Amino acid sequence: MSDRYLNMFTKLKEQNEGAFIPFVTLGDPDIPTSLEIIRVLIRSGADALELGFPFSDPIADGPVIQRASLRALDSGVTPDDCFEMIRHIRDENEELPIGLLLYANLIVARGVERFYADAAAAGVDSILAADVPIRESALILEAARKHHISPVFIAAPGARDSVLKKIAAKGRGYTYLLSRAGVTGTESRAHTPASGMIRKLEALKAPPPVLGFGVSEKSHVRAALASGARGVFVGSAVVKIIEKNLENHKHMLKELEKYARGMKAATRGTTAS
Amino acid sequence: MSAQKPGRFGPYGGMYVPELLVPALEQLEEVFKTALADPSFMSEFNDLLKNYAGRPTPLTRVRNLIDNPRVRLYLKREDLLHGGAHKTNQVLGQALLTRRMGKKQVIAETGAGQHGVATAIACALMGLRARIYMGARDMERQQPNVFRMRLMGAEVIPVNSGSGTLKDAVNEALRDWSASYKESHYLLGTAAGPHPYPEMVREFQRMIGREARAQILEREGRLPDMAIACVGGGSNAIGLFADFIDERQVQLVGVEPAGKGLSSGQHGAAIAKGDKGILHGAYSYVMQNAQGQIQESYSISAGLDYPAVGPEHAWLNDSGRARYVAVTDQQALEAFQRLSRAEGIIPALESSHALAYALEYAEQCREETLLLVNLSGRGDKDLAHVNKILGKPNNE
Repeated sequence: MSDRYLNMFTKLKEQNEGAFIPFVTLGDPDIPTSLEIIRVLIRSGADALELGFPFSDPIADGPVIQRASLRALDSGVTPDDCFEMIRHIRDENEELPIGLLLYANLIVARGVERFYADAAAAGVDSILAADVPIRESALILEAARKHHISPVFIAAPGARDSVLKKIAAKGRGYTYLLSRAGVTGTESRAHTPASGMIRKLEALKAPPPVLGFGVSEKSHVRAALASGARGVFVGSAVVKIIEKNLENHKHMLKELEKYARGMKAATRGTTAS
Repeated sequence: MSAQKPGRFGPYGGMYVPELLVPALEQLEEVFKTALADPSFMSEFNDLLKNYAGRPTPLTRVRNLIDNPRVRLYLKREDLLHGGAHKTNQVLGQALLTRRMGKKQVIAETGAGQHGVATAIACALMGLRARIYMGARDMERQQPNVFRMRLMGAEVIPVNSGSGTLKDAVNEALRDWSASYKESHYLLGTAAGPHPYPEMVREFQRMIGREARAQILEREGRLPDMAIACVGGGSNAIGLFADFIDERQVQLVGVEPAGKGLSSGQHGAAIAKGDKGILHGAYSYVMQNAQGQIQESYSISAGLDYPAVGPEHAWLNDSGRARYVAVTDQQALEAFQRLSRAEGIIPALESSHALAYALEYAEQCREETLLLVNLSGRGDKDLAHVNKILGKPNNE
């Protein structure tokens, strides 16, 4: 298992910061632009990356990320392309944690073993399959262990203690803390997580909880960190900036930089003690 | 062949959904299990089936359709069920479960609109709110069913994402359910999807084969040699097969839609041409490209137009207990017309696929043969479509 997440969380804690982790779909809107987008996000303060592989039927995603997937698919992006892009990013960023968030069929179609081997070779640290809940984790655990990829699971609102226990036992890297029910998107804003859930995860020694779904404003970031989350995922809000500026890449990158810097700033000096 | 462990059929099935939905599915599994064992639930279900929906449905021996004197062909007449197709059976079961869970609203997906209509029927009857997702393209193609659903009080929501057909309607229903699972039951329309749907839909369709078995024993004094049903997701087929699975002498045949031909790329034959994969919560055969992107299916019959198949069918195929064949649009259209002309029964285009295989098989029989076909629905909904295809002027 790579130590990149551990190193990141340790360093951020020392600096009294939370993690700002942007999400984008690889290859949206095309491969060269997508690489530029990712580089700008890193330059603008991303502490780690969460990267999606485009998929035809993204059932956990709202309209914004669905459209990102379609744009990437329309420009012909394949999983091979995605691994190739990650290899570039990894070459440029030795310490940056890189996570994948994708759908199970992409893993199964490539062959679970081969998928995890290719991910490891590209420099991936963690994989979260959106439609592989902990009760189906046998599908991927062996390959993840063998190739030193952290398997990530989701702590959802109302999750039973027995499920949290399994997440703590089997999850590595970080725990994806769901801010609310529903699908990805900013239409429905993030709810401050029950700090009860965070305390339970801590007591169970689960990997550090990072909050996702509906995080789009600085106030969401501060609230998440104040309640004990160790970082935030910001997906749809980032992808919206891409979508709004498809005709003007220069402006897109400038807007992304401004937004990312603002969100990263909101992670400073606000963590729960 | 029952599930080896909960939710599995051999390697197939499972509950591949976002963690968020697992508690809702586990609650459903629990409520379903206790309901099956609860005599008062089953008696209300059976009462609705009998006195509201019109069960048992007849078993009709065709008089004129078959030329081969050695073959006797029986049709299980689900076309005569209220709503016009077998869909009504399991929808009543799930509506009762919805009430049992204390939920007041139902989400459903529909392709051709048959499951949507059945859902609207059950929800009107049980006082539940229905929210039905339907591909925008399908809504155009199936206007009368959209009107039927709305007439019975259901809300029909057009789905524009993706290809605007059944697969996208399922995606959208799942997304809705992710936000509303506390108040809503997802009334999935076929024997596919995550556990417990494949098992639950089978149990709520099992009466098809159970009745047919008793009826044919009474008429013929023996079991059929072959039971044949069309397979999209696979609910009418699993309903027909379930009570015959342990009767090894009965051949089970599922008929997939070959569309414009299996090599045309335009078909819905997930078992014949698909690969193993995960779609809508289940591991099964799925039509997909080499990278794992789900492909669009095609069939003349919207009810068979689905790029995957229920996981129990995947296992019945692999284990050899059932055999899956494919029938083209053209063959189905011919069977549609032949049954109408010979027997005065207009079958659904879906059921016409099963019938087409039976007709082809009957021609080759050299011995006394008893065939059973599930006539899963009636063809009224297909009249405009078929009329257009046959290029005959509308005489009205």
